[in-house]
Amino acid sequence: MPLQKKYRLLASLASGIIFGLGMAISGMTNTDRVQGFLDLAGAWDPTLAFVMAGGMMVTFIGYKFILKNPAPLLADMFHVPTKTDIDKPLLVGAILFGAGWGLVGYCPGPAIAGISYGYLATLIFVPTMIIGMLLAKPVSKIF
Amino acid sequence: MHPFVLALIGGGLVGLAAVMMMGLKGRIAGVSGILSGAFTDSSGERLWRILFVLGIAIGGAIPALISDSFVPPAPDTSTLLVIIGGLTVGLGTGLGSGCTSGHGICGISRLSPRSMVATCTFMAAGFICVFLLKHVFGG
Repeated sequence: MPLQKKYRLLASLASGIIFGLGMAISGMTNTDRVQGFLDLAGAWDPTLAFVMAGGMMVTFIGYKFILKNPAPLLADMFHVPTKTDIDKPLLVGAILFGAGWGLVGYCPGPAIAGISYGYLATLIFVPTMIIGMLLAKPVSKIF
Repeated sequence: MHPFVLALIGGGLVGLAAVMMMGLKGRIAGVSGILSGAFTDSSGERLWRILFVLGIAIGGAIPALISDSFVPPAPDTSTLLVIIGGLTVGLGTGLGSGCTSGHGICGISRLSPRSMVATCTFMAAGFICVFLLKHVFGG
């Protein structure tokens, strides 16, 4: 395997580990906390807003510097989405995602970060979520 | 440490992971896109996706090894709702091309209009869903 490819794989693993650390430290693997954030009419828990704020601050500033370069350090080009239209799949998808997120208190990152706690709900959620993802392509043909 | 401080630090780490992914590999650190691509992408593009997802699971386990305070309580949801929730989160992020990380953190940081609309939409859907769940159908 060429050295650059090895570094690329290592970068993905390292980035995933840091991502997972962030999820667990921030309390986002706690579904009560996430549902507490979404519960505006109850005892509102603002924790998730701090996670989003921390994440956006670092990413916004980091992207500003990175995307000025012609290419990333270990690959030939940036893979940045180019689509700009607000279409039906985007809106229907976001509504479905938000509903499921509220129902359980898991979005994809925290669900994966929470696998090691071994809770049955998490171990059911992750594979059903993957099935849902694989269904997206056939379902998108309806639109 | 106060939960809000931990949340800010944790969020900053997620941001750092997103910056690394873009700066080194030129990719958006969107968990739903990377995870689904691990199953559907061409074979040469699968391993990095699997490693990123594996990394999230490893990183999520580490704080719990250091202190029990990082072990969250079990999700308080019936199995039927967990299955419905898993399917809708998967289907929704697939159709909508992203989740909280890809649209919420990476997309808004790129000032992408699609991501801003998606984030407002899934937040609103989440608010409505939890309102119905906790206050209309009893929680």
